[in-house]
Amino acid sequence: MEKTTLFDKIWDSHVVKSVPAGPDVFFIDKHFIHEVTSPVAFLNLEKRGISVKYPHRTIATPDHNVPTVDQDQTIKDKLSRMQVEKLRENCKKYGIELHDLGSAHHGIVHVIGPELGVTQPGMTIVCGDSHTSTHGAFGAIAFGIGTSEVEMVLATQCIMQSKPKKMRISVEGELGKGVTSKDIILYIISKISAAGATGYFVEYAGSAIRNLSMEARMTICNMSIEMGARGGLIAPDETTFDYLKGKQYAPAGEAWDEAVAHWKMLKTDDGATFDKEYHYDAADIEPMITYGTNPGMGIKVVENIPTTEGMEGSNKTSYLKSLNYMGFAPGESVKGKQVDYVFVGSCTNGRIEDIRSVAEFVKGKRKADNITAWIVPGSREVEKQAHEEGLVKILEEAGFVLRQPGCSACLAMNDDKIPAGKLAVSTSNRNFEGRQGPGARTMLASPLTVAAVAVTGKITDPREVLEN
Amino acid sequence: MAYDKFTVLRDTAVPLPTENVDTDQIIPARFLKATEREGFGDNLFRDWRYDVEGNPKQDFVLNDDTYSGKILVAGKNFGSGSSREHAVWAIYDYGFRCVVSSFFADIFKNNCLNIGVLPVTVSAEFADKLFAAITADPKTEIEVSLPEQKITLLSTGESESFDINEYKKSNMKNGFDDIDYLLNMSSEIEAFAANR
Repeated sequence: MEKTTLFDKIWDSHVVKSVPAGPDVFFIDKHFIHEVTSPVAFLNLEKRGISVKYPHRTIATPDHNVPTVDQDQTIKDKLSRMQVEKLRENCKKYGIELHDLGSAHHGIVHVIGPELGVTQPGMTIVCGDSHTSTHGAFGAIAFGIGTSEVEMVLATQCIMQSKPKKMRISVEGELGKGVTSKDIILYIISKISAAGATGYFVEYAGSAIRNLSMEARMTICNMSIEMGARGGLIAPDETTFDYLKGKQYAPAGEAWDEAVAHWKMLKTDDGATFDKEYHYDAADIEPMITYGTNPGMGIKVVENIPTTEGMEGSNKTSYLKSLNYMGFAPGESVKGKQVDYVFVGSCTNGRIEDIRSVAEFVKGKRKADNITAWIVPGSREVEKQAHEEGLVKILEEAGFVLRQPGCSACLAMNDDKIPAGKLAVSTSNRNFEGRQGPGARTMLASPLTVAAVAVTGKITDPREVLEN
Repeated sequence: MAYDKFTVLRDTAVPLPTENVDTDQIIPARFLKATEREGFGDNLFRDWRYDVEGNPKQDFVLNDDTYSGKILVAGKNFGSGSSREHAVWAIYDYGFRCVVSSFFADIFKNNCLNIGVLPVTVSAEFADKLFAAITADPKTEIEVSLPEQKITLLSTGESESFDINEYKKSNMKNGFDDIDYLLNMSSEIEAFAANR
């Protein structure tokens, strides 16, 4: 029998038809929508005079532009309010399940999908958001789509896609103290570059990946897009099943046993081939931080910013433009640089484990005076759990406040904008120019590193604080 | 929605050789708060094009009258990051119908094809030739022929062929979109969905 990869198994079982010399007609099991990339899709459905074909396969939540304070009040920003109201209107009109602001399962789409157990192994999942790759942590094919494709899914539950090439990235061994899954993915992207996996779908494998919790796996898959990959996935195992068991939309009783039996078959066959493979040693990975304006521009916190040696032409010009924006010089160290803002949150690191690790780290310490800190839970469920576990109290004693759920300062569509020129260290996923507000400068790091920055006020290797 | 047909485009071009231009640069997130598709061109490359007071930055290429045309020649890894189709809407609304680069981000390229902006991938060498020719003479014309899958620098006659699958090519030539295709096969999709 032909040896196939996990990706092949899921992809091939969702092809309705292959168009000759064209893409596949690809069936989508679950579709998440939010307020920003869906309104035009609904508008176009109306223009065509067609409806939503399978409303029960779509789930909605407003997350991108929502405020993270006073969510019980009317949204002040008129345009944001209109988008959220449009989402409500469309969900009501077509019978789509909506987890609205203030409801028990409101939150970032990529946080609530797994929490509800909607995300399951073997599924195909799309959303008009590139970080849909997060759901790949469950052994699903999940990726971001444009609004035209959102419209296609609403209208037909299918999109037209050419099958990507396959890449496997294996990380073997044990992670050192103070090193997290965020460091793994920032390390990988720094090696492969921000475009190195374009055209590929990635499978993450190896003992270091298998040993990660579901939350940590989601962080890795989430950032697949930051190296250009459409998505990334991890074969489901006991960790996956334990996470899903008992979740609202997970199968129960006999159906659960049947589902698990099926899910256990979802793995890459021994001897199956990939178009590209990378191998890394977990012992080589240390706390990472980005210094430039794309996520591939990352170094260990203790390293110096690369010099321009060996660069020329537009490559060198673009590199210097990026450093100029950041206010950094080639060859200098980032350690000790004074920081203005820290942000903990986003679909990358806004889960309970992230809030927990920050709370544990800052327990008994104080936030540095020069730091403005925004800690934003990924969902109401995370917020609730943080209260129940006493994390909010610990954070407050250390001078931090937990805000309300949403995408927040990750993309600064709401009021959570880092002011121009200010330096932020962020657990989010993109350090693009102006991503966190016009003129804002962003360095990406793990929740632990961000916690270390928050208490010292400057770029700090979290291990130094842990050792003291 | 069906869009403009694309066959042969012959025009001058705007050069933007910066590498890794992400969709947050093409259209910053704070301008995504619309519920309709029109008007995004005004904010195309907003933060590179205007200062905080809204005054045009003279050193940015879109503010330089020397350059114009329906073709944008861009640097390597163009359109990375967010899946926001608004980025392509902004490019289209501004007046571009074709983007040329030696490397496109995946979702961006798909989004282009879905709304009728032709993404043309050329070799790094050919991209360099285009940049040099446009900079030397901004009136340089480029011809992009979809039927022939060929891009030609008319001043020198140098050309290169580009890839596009037959299905998308036919869609673009005829101004069809994927939904037209998918709606035509709804019974096959229904049969498939019934088993899932």
